[in-house]
Amino acid sequence: MSLPPLKLSGLEPLIVTPESNFINIGERTNVTGSRAFLRMIKEGQYEEALSVALEQVQGGAQIIDVNMDEGMIDGKAAMIKFLNLMASEPDISKIPVMIDSSKWEIIEAGLKCIQGKGIVNSISLKEGEANFIDQAKKIKRYGAAVIVMAFDENGQADSYQRRIQICERSYKILVEVVKFPAQDIIFDPNIFPVATGMEEHNNNALDFFNATKWIRENLPGAHVSGGVSNVSFSFRGNDKVREAMHSVFLYHGIKHGMDMGIVNPSMLEIYDNIDPILLEHVEDVILNRRPDATERLLELAETVKGDGKKKEVDLSWREKPVQERLSYALVKGIVEFIDEDTEACRLLYPRPIEVIEGPLMDGMNIVGDLFGSGKMFLPQVVKSARVMKKAVAVLLPYIELEKAGASSSAGKVLMATVKGDVHDIGKNIVGVVLGCNNYEVVDLGVMVPAEKIIQAAIDEKVDIIGLSGLITPSLDEMVHLAKEMEKANLSIPLMIGGATTSKVHTAVKIEQNYTKGQTVHVLDASRSVTVVESLLGQRKTDFVAGIKTEYQKLREHHEKHRNAKVLLPLEDARKNAIQIEWKNEDIHTPNQLGIQQLIDYPLENLVDYIDWTPFFQTWELHGKFPQILEDKIVGREAKSLFEDAQSMLQSIVSEKWLTAKAVYGIFPANSDGDDIEIKNSEGNEIIATQFTLRQQTRKAEGVPNIALADFIAPKNTGIQDYIGAFVVTTGIGLDEKVKQFEADHDDYNSIMLKALGDRLAEAFAEKLHEIVRKETWGYAQNENLGNADLIKETYQGIRPAPGYPACPDHTEKETIFELLNATSITGVTLTESLAMFPTAAVSGWYFAHAQAKYFGLGKITQEQVASIAERKNRTKEEMERWLGSVIH
Amino acid sequence: MNLHLKNMNKIQEILKNRILVLDGAMGTMIQRHKLEEEDFRKGWFENHHKSLKGNNDLLSLTRPEIIEDIHRQYFEAGADIAETNTFSGTTVAQADYDLEDFVYEINYHSAKIARKVADEFTTLNPDKPRFVAGSIGPTNRTASISPDVNDPGFRGITFDELVTAYYQQIGALIDGGVDILLVETVFDTLNAKAALFAIDSYFEDKNVQLPIMVSGTITDQSGRTLTGQTTEAFLISVSHMPLLSIGLNCALGASMMRPYLQILSKQAPFGVSAHPNAGLPNEFGKYDETPALMGDQIKTFLDENLVNIIGGCCGTTPDHIKVIADLAKEYEPRKVQFTGN
Repeated sequence: MSLPPLKLSGLEPLIVTPESNFINIGERTNVTGSRAFLRMIKEGQYEEALSVALEQVQGGAQIIDVNMDEGMIDGKAAMIKFLNLMASEPDISKIPVMIDSSKWEIIEAGLKCIQGKGIVNSISLKEGEANFIDQAKKIKRYGAAVIVMAFDENGQADSYQRRIQICERSYKILVEVVKFPAQDIIFDPNIFPVATGMEEHNNNALDFFNATKWIRENLPGAHVSGGVSNVSFSFRGNDKVREAMHSVFLYHGIKHGMDMGIVNPSMLEIYDNIDPILLEHVEDVILNRRPDATERLLELAETVKGDGKKKEVDLSWREKPVQERLSYALVKGIVEFIDEDTEACRLLYPRPIEVIEGPLMDGMNIVGDLFGSGKMFLPQVVKSARVMKKAVAVLLPYIELEKAGASSSAGKVLMATVKGDVHDIGKNIVGVVLGCNNYEVVDLGVMVPAEKIIQAAIDEKVDIIGLSGLITPSLDEMVHLAKEMEKANLSIPLMIGGATTSKVHTAVKIEQNYTKGQTVHVLDASRSVTVVESLLGQRKTDFVAGIKTEYQKLREHHEKHRNAKVLLPLEDARKNAIQIEWKNEDIHTPNQLGIQQLIDYPLENLVDYIDWTPFFQTWELHGKFPQILEDKIVGREAKSLFEDAQSMLQSIVSEKWLTAKAVYGIFPANSDGDDIEIKNSEGNEIIATQFTLRQQTRKAEGVPNIALADFIAPKNTGIQDYIGAFVVTTGIGLDEKVKQFEADHDDYNSIMLKALGDRLAEAFAEKLHEIVRKETWGYAQNENLGNADLIKETYQGIRPAPGYPACPDHTEKETIFELLNATSITGVTLTESLAMFPTAAVSGWYFAHAQAKYFGLGKITQEQVASIAERKNRTKEEMERWLGSVIH
Repeated sequence: MNLHLKNMNKIQEILKNRILVLDGAMGTMIQRHKLEEEDFRKGWFENHHKSLKGNNDLLSLTRPEIIEDIHRQYFEAGADIAETNTFSGTTVAQADYDLEDFVYEINYHSAKIARKVADEFTTLNPDKPRFVAGSIGPTNRTASISPDVNDPGFRGITFDELVTAYYQQIGALIDGGVDILLVETVFDTLNAKAALFAIDSYFEDKNVQLPIMVSGTITDQSGRTLTGQTTEAFLISVSHMPLLSIGLNCALGASMMRPYLQILSKQAPFGVSAHPNAGLPNEFGKYDETPALMGDQIKTFLDENLVNIIGGCCGTTPDHIKVIADLAKEYEPRKVQFTGN
């Protein structure tokens, strides 16, 4: 029986399989290896120490090594404190912990702090078998894996023979006596320095490699790890050579079966990028290929030391006084010098807070004025905000040190994307814009339930609550929240924003449910400041009165309009269905039936398919692409934004930030009334039914009341027709990257990446549709369209998406996902409100008939809601909830 | 080796052949009796200086006939396993009532009551043997989270304190005759690891071995425990013990629990259990999912072959368990290969 893989966990799992290649252990949170970290611990600067840990995780560490072995500190107390603090930082504690100590007392204290399955580093036979067995048993009971050093009663193993002999003995005791799971054993067969000038050290690396190979072949399940930087000890001071040595060592170590290692990623060169001459010299040393290898490398090392390249930029503004430099950096969005300038400025003022209140706010006021008067645009403001955040981050420790007391913010605004919804680009933009205007923003993130929002609003004593949501079910959640706020006796003003929200909806459905406070719809981010100012300022009474009158009028108007709009009875609408003359020759038999998938589809193939116009809309720059680049007012900003987008796009593609996945399929289908029966590839079993909704608005003479089912041949024609379905995503990997930007206070790039992710997903949907038309289904083999034509949708066939005008019923997504087994193939999941996660995803149906076209459903009657509920076998109440916005 | 080991093999054998049914909520059934302060004191704590109303575990001492009757109703509905009335039976949880000294009695007597009823039913129908699972709750403290927002490094309880408390509870449950130990409603995996540590220590000290069930709580749609672990990370973190089953209970209704059960079902080298709530609480804090509605959702678990043990948590009643038991009869259990021991 083959052994299971080594499984570890922090908040998230880490599974070490043969495919994992190499697990990288972060090593900067080690007082014996990092002087800076030691200083932080000694001085009790745990916040700073935590940021070292966070950097490790963001730098790609998959496990984090923590070591507190230092004579001058209480190692046990420091280990407990640091692990407990790490546990409260999800971005760190998501990965497993390696508890690193030579003292058992510290190891055991560490094991009592971690909820995940970590690794003990290390135990050995140094103090005899009894001790070794006792410690191994306890580690097993605590539920951790273990690193075993090649060390015994006679000392550390320094030859190939001693290494394998000690490892074998340790392994046998662990597996046979302690019953330790073999896959949870990791050997450290000692990495020693080479090129020390002492001949007996020349074979150190090679002995390690050979021992590694022997362990992997002879001790089933066991893993091999080691501290890589040891090997280059004799070249301290020459990072270029050290980096090359580390890479060469890892390259050969991994080939021999080393599958984990303690490595500093910033001290690592890419093997293929090592200068060939340096590479040869380093390999001579590591692999002990010639007796004079050490001298030759020492000689070469003199000639290779770090070099740097510099770009020419206009730095004349650096000559100005520091206050002006801060303003300049804020307005121009330059982060490069902000840390040093802020620090310099801090020394000029008696209190750090005055730097914020003085020069920084002066700069932000200029930004605010320029933005307000339309001379600056959102992307620039976001960049400025990033500079501001960085500057504040520099000052914050001093401000906290001073305990300056009450905050000087203009007001506190709580922001949240409501329960069931995961879209947050808009919310983040509003947060940034408010932040720039000196409001304190409490951001609760996405999928936030009503009770949590209310509790946080009370606890944090906020002045305003801002809700955001993109998908239609979020509208109901907002209504729910308004009612809950009323129940909770709150009077905090409520702001509503997000793509599907509207002034009418806010007036008709939300506002009157919350009588104690004022609800206001906010059209876009740039209006948020004005609204907040009005709600908190002196003009509040007038503003609220104005809103109340306006919303009352809207409600009255809506009521009139509602009564005026006549809808047809469902039966009459059905009689007026689109009449297609069904012919066999109009239907193309697909080349391939059944479920197909594209995993890791090349992103470079999608770039040309991007529709840029919506991208600019995300940034609130309105106009068609590419004309927008030449626009008199926003053109310059659009251009600069477009350049940044292009450059990030390049990184996304070349560094594979994102993974594109798709699942799609074409199936035999026929319509039956308003339903479409979908069959398996053999056509002998109904595997799904698509329930479509029909337009009920009274039409002019000769204009049909359409339902999607009209585009599929009815059963009774005897003609075999087909339908397709798809789910694509380009969002795999997006979250991690976004978090990195956010941790760096870089909202600009975080929003940019999300916006590009969304565009790529749409581009993928476009590309896949083309593949389907030309190949899979193949009804348009000769089609030859450019991107502009694709965007205009001049091709034959449509791909309506659930939740959009032709098919507002979100529950159809469940049908698509089940039909295609989409979650397990693409990793895209549906939230309780049926939003797709990751958000950079598109799902929909394919209709191929030449007469198929997009349409808006418009309003429908209760009669049709009852009908669809019955057909879908759901309660009418449930369908009312899903279709709320289209019900008359 | 001993009686316990024989029992373990027996339960594992049965688990390979059919789905076992766990009972439903204890609290919901107790609520029906509309008990008053004196019910929680009767005969034991007449002059206790603190209010005891709501400390349900005490009823095993003061109103044992009520607890006995609830067990009986669940067995009649078709449950194979009864959970002892000991969810808060640790010195840690009883400290709020100053009743740390009665932890042994609570657990011992609760186990005895369930044992007695289970044996009655087994005697009547030996083909359907009934078992008793000692319920080991999470306590009201977390070892991984600071109760003080201003001091994230602080902890309200230590691992060692939890181990001591759990060790005592486990001893009393085993003395009272339980067949299984059920570490449930795990919202902080570190607490659960302390319970498992105590169990393993107790087993070694007393040379016994009982099957262990672990059941975690995924708090919301984020798919994570209260302390932030994903379902799979939770599974990995407690897999160092040879468990009878790993599962989920509480916080969610059956339909919301499904995606996380799918993960366990796919990954776990043990049996898989589920005892969801009867839906989510309504605006009045009551669980109102009907037995039929809950049954429909449980049916999807069974259709997908996700579980080996199924039952109910908050809001479920003998009516719910009857529907579940009747359904479970019709299905094959999830395939499981027991390792370890």
